[in-house]
Amino acid sequence: MPEGILCNRTPINTKEHLDAVLGDKGGKQYYQEMQELDVDVEKLQKSLQDTCKSRIRTWLEICAHCGLCADSCFFYLANRRDPTQVPSYKILTTLGEIVKKNGNVDNAHMRYCMDTAWGKCTCCNRCGSFCPYGIDMGVMFSYLRGLCFSQGFVPWEMKIGSGMHRVFRAQMDVTPEDWVETCEWMAEEQQDEWPGLEIPVDKEGADILYTVNAREPKHYPEDIAEAAILFHIAGENWTVPSTGWEQTSLTMFAGDWEGCKMQVQTVYDAIERLKPKRVMGTECGHAHRATIIEGPYWVGREDGRPPVPYLHYTEWLAEALRLGKIKIDPAKKIKVPVTLQDSCNYVRNYGLKDITREILSYIVEPGYLIEMKPNKEHNFCCGGGGGMNGIGLYRKQRNTGMKVKRDQILATGAKLVIAPCHNCWDAIRDLEEVYEIGIKWSFLKPLIIHMAIIPDHLKPQEEEEEE
Amino acid sequence: MYNFITGPLLWLSFIVFFVGLGVRTVLYIRGLDWRLDRVAYRAYPGLGIKGALSSIIHWLIPFGSHGWRAKPLYTIIFFVFHVGVVVTPLFLLGHAIIMEERWGINWPTIPMWVADVLTIGVLIATVLIAIRRFALPEVRILTTLYDYALLLLTVTPFVSGFLVVHQWGDNTFWLYTHILSGELLLIAIPFTKLFHVVGYFLSRAQIGMDFGIKRAVKAKGGFAW
Ligand code: SF4
Ligand code: SF4
Ligand code: SF4
Repeated sequence: MPEGILCNRTPINTKEHLDAVLGDKGGKQYYQEMQELDVDVEKLQKSLQDTCKSRIRTWLEICAHCGLCADSCFFYLANRRDPTQVPSYKILTTLGEIVKKNGNVDNAHMRYCMDTAWGKCTCCNRCGSFCPYGIDMGVMFSYLRGLCFSQGFVPWEMKIGSGMHRVFRAQMDVTPEDWVETCEWMAEEQQDEWPGLEIPVDKEGADILYTVNAREPKHYPEDIAEAAILFHIAGENWTVPSTGWEQTSLTMFAGDWEGCKMQVQTVYDAIERLKPKRVMGTECGHAHRATIIEGPYWVGREDGRPPVPYLHYTEWLAEALRLGKIKIDPAKKIKVPVTLQDSCNYVRNYGLKDITREILSYIVEPGYLIEMKPNKEHNFCCGGGGGMNGIGLYRKQRNTGMKVKRDQILATGAKLVIAPCHNCWDAIRDLEEVYEIGIKWSFLKPLIIHMAIIPDHLKPQEEEEEE
Repeated sequence: MYNFITGPLLWLSFIVFFVGLGVRTVLYIRGLDWRLDRVAYRAYPGLGIKGALSSIIHWLIPFGSHGWRAKPLYTIIFFVFHVGVVVTPLFLLGHAIIMEERWGINWPTIPMWVADVLTIGVLIATVLIAIRRFALPEVRILTTLYDYALLLLTVTPFVSGFLVVHQWGDNTFWLYTHILSGELLLIAIPFTKLFHVVGYFLSRAQIGMDFGIKRAVKAKGGFAW
């Protein structure tokens, strides 16, 4: 039963193991070893027996082969209606075969499964809402990813992502010390402009506990500063946890079910420890999916909800604007054609379609918002979901897939795309880089900061004296 | 022969049909797992029922869902086929007479001309569905012989029944074909994809609960199917 040194069935649990896989640039050796990786059929059979129950088995069986799901998938549309991109075809030839053969599949099949589960599906769940039976390939591909992961057939970056969570409890190598330091640094940086601004760490009983995406401390610390500024303006009693601050889950994209549980448990532990009234996450779609929508089930909460109410950033922002905690300067409202990217993860899969539009109603001059078609729960994935943004092996597939979003944006004529989701934001940035359609893209935070009326008592001292 | 196939064999077919569907329904529901499916089925019965009904009803009505509206032509073919396939045998005068004679049940019926129209609708829809299967690449790639076989199995009782009623061809032959193929269809339903006669409702209810309880919790009025 040969397994590779880097590519094998063992998840990454130590820093050494992580460094070894990371050291293999681009996963060259990793993917080479994968060619030889044996399938542990017994283990696969056991997994199927324990986890493949009536919902998935029935879906696979009753699929009417009607092809109505074809047009619902942006990969099918972007690839000139290539029949091999029909959602049903993709699942029946992968998971369908594994189930039919009761796990008796070979290396080549598992590699095909990997290429399909990560390279032809972002688990956006759009097809599920267009199938007469409600057969949801997003759900099934997530499941297939789990089987692939347990057999070691997982893209290099996903293996690493899962390892990061297991070693650092974050999708990137950010330690609790790094995190706290970044918060302190960001608070300090703002003092000139925002005297008295704080990023309180580990405050018990706060009104809001704030959690983020690890790339914020790692690459975009200004995002944390922006969140702090808006809390400051709104006068919120908030805090961040020193551990359990990472809300995202590459383990979810990787199909590492055990890792999913570990990660979300860390966040829930922080909630138990600090007892905030509410928790709230950053502008991220999959973080919300992982910690609020799926997370409760991973840790076994029978009510399917997090321990305390857990908001998406847009829910808080809408509330703050609605209650006047943050006031918008009417002169600064957006007056360029603008459109909104609905994130599958918290719109199709959580229902927050009206909340984002409420926010826009406060900040966009009437007439300047042009909706994409289709939109809301039927919106197309940005093209970079499900971990695809981060997988080098499928970069070409991703760039092709993004054509659908490109054309959707072009059809609106918008010059600015508001994307309150880290993944969507990335994908739209890359889309502009690849296709150069002349758009700008933004999170909500920077837009709001620019438009907010700053209460006098928050302004720097000198300025007040001048007045 | 006639007595046998309209007596014990008919009984047997009905037993297999009902028991089979019953068993499968129970197995399906027992196989739902709140943790694996990640849907808190028991925690929110109200949301669950609302979600399930909305999911079923939107798709039961022609053009009632985004999916149907996206494919108007197919939707028409689909509903003509399914309405005919369900309504005709259930309320056919000839069948009601047998019900009355055998079991003394007074069964409602539809006029003969309606049955004719529905049957012709089924036949035309069948041809169109078959053409669609090999004409459209996205459907052809999914289609197997099994799909054609099921289509044939489903439509045989209708063709033969129509010929019997209108006394075309060898009446005895078509009558026997009609009865036997009808019984075969009943028996096949629980064991094949045709299980969707119940499976449709189960599957739609499940996804409806998924969205009602979990994925559309913040959407006013639930998920817009
Ligand atoms: S729409 Fe549903 S039933 Fe039809 S082919 Fe796709 S998954 Fe199968
Ligand atoms: S989940 Fe999304 S990407 Fe995957 S098959 Fe369905 S529509 Fe396509
Ligand atoms: S990246 Fe955005 S649009 Fe794409 S799947 Fe994730 S949430 Fe959906």
